[in-house]
Amino acid sequence: MSGVSIIGVGLHPFGRFPGKQAMDMGAEAIRLALQDAGIAWDQVQRAYAGSLEVSNPDAVVGKLGLTGIPVFGVFNGCATANTAVSLAAEAIEHGEADIALAVGFDKHPRGAFAGDPAVLGLPAWYGETGLFLTTHFFGMKINRYLAEHGISQETLAKVAAKNFRNGALNEKAWRRDAMSEEEILAAPYLNYPLTRFMYCAPNEGAAAVVLCRRDLAATYSDSPVHLAAAVLRTRRSGAFEVSSPSLPADRTPSPTVYASQAAFEKAGLGPDDVHVAQLQDTDAGSEIIHLAENGFCADGDQEKLIAEGHTEIDGKLPVNTDGGLMANGEPIGASGLRQIHEIVLQLRGRAGARQIPGPHSVGYTHLYGSPGTGAVTILTT
Amino acid sequence: MSHVARVPVAEGLFTGPDERPQLIGSRHRETGVVTFPADASTGEEILLSRTGTLFTWTTQEFVPPAPPYTGDTDPATFTPYAVGYVELLEGILVEGRLTESDPARLAIGQEMELVLVPFRTEAATDTEPAREVITFAFAPVAASDGVRS
Repeated sequence: MSGVSIIGVGLHPFGRFPGKQAMDMGAEAIRLALQDAGIAWDQVQRAYAGSLEVSNPDAVVGKLGLTGIPVFGVFNGCATANTAVSLAAEAIEHGEADIALAVGFDKHPRGAFAGDPAVLGLPAWYGETGLFLTTHFFGMKINRYLAEHGISQETLAKVAAKNFRNGALNEKAWRRDAMSEEEILAAPYLNYPLTRFMYCAPNEGAAAVVLCRRDLAATYSDSPVHLAAAVLRTRRSGAFEVSSPSLPADRTPSPTVYASQAAFEKAGLGPDDVHVAQLQDTDAGSEIIHLAENGFCADGDQEKLIAEGHTEIDGKLPVNTDGGLMANGEPIGASGLRQIHEIVLQLRGRAGARQIPGPHSVGYTHLYGSPGTGAVTILTT
Repeated sequence: MSHVARVPVAEGLFTGPDERPQLIGSRHRETGVVTFPADASTGEEILLSRTGTLFTWTTQEFVPPAPPYTGDTDPATFTPYAVGYVELLEGILVEGRLTESDPARLAIGQEMELVLVPFRTEAATDTEPAREVITFAFAPVAASDGVRS
């Protein structure tokens, strides 16, 4: 995917905005991204819009101007933003457009995601008897991972504390109060071993990215960021995945592993080349697991690396520098575009108080979504 | 109290109710992969082992969203429960509620046994007797006594 660049990013803060529609947030994010790219809406030739709660996200064009362009609604669970970006990039590579837009917006009710198990093809009893909660998966996966790889609950608290600390430096974050590891550990469990302050929460917000043919990018932007890879993979038989009444006992790596390997191969880069990463931190355990699944360390090394500050803003591999999902919350359609927004700021060297101090020419984003989807982008200057 | 009908939460999930219930799975006709619940469109029904080892587990400490949950959602009386995957001889991990929810008394690798447990009760109506809806769960082997009344 050497032929596509990002020339503009826009973020409507994530949080709670009573009385404000998701689509209005989406339109604001698009205007910010267009402004950042220095282009007008009528220069966008194609768009991809993702949302869980808005059934017709393509209708956002009504807020921007009815120019008649193809606009596609997309959804892949928590990996939706990657779908929007991947399809926009592919359209550019295939010559369908010179400039394409990816946008996501959502407005979720408070509390854990709830719904009819039938949306995933699961039987009604699975929901009735209290098994259809995505949070169980996160609790169960990290509970086994901690036991298998000798990682302590204190490390979970260190990850959460780091993300809230980063959020405190981010004027657009939802949760801007740092929290001590002791406070995080002492909070009630939601799902053992994860306490209340080790989870992100669904909320509201929007983000947008303007993509452009790489050879035209310099026309629009003095600091284009190149999309070296955008890859999405679904689960293989044997992967330990969310919302599964049963699973084969034969173990197969998570789809994240395959998405990550394919993305590095496409980009011609390896994990050691990455300067800053955004890893899906639905919960503190997910960030720990995703460090290994994305190839940034071996299983079990996280205990030592995190204790040594490896993933802090001034560490060797800063992770979730804007506070991640934990400090920003998760409007599903927008979440991965927020990740790209942050990486673009970091690669431009314009991330303010949270700017990583070292080299910043290669960035990485990762999403994990139901019912077992891993999605990665690699961005370079 | 009049007769209480004991009914499974869904048909075709488990045998019984009796002292030695078994889950009903299926084995894929071509791949041999075992799944639960049974999928009659791809395989033959088989009865799964009654015991296995705890692969992993977690607790559910907050009231689950309802719908779809049909258990107790009153915050004053809600009792946290645990869920886990149990690895069975058939090469399958089955997810279910656990009868034990104290983290200090659960450990990955411990032996678990299938039991049937009351899940919710439905009061009698003019035409129907009261019903006790039962579901399956896994119990640490020492604590297991088949159908618990």
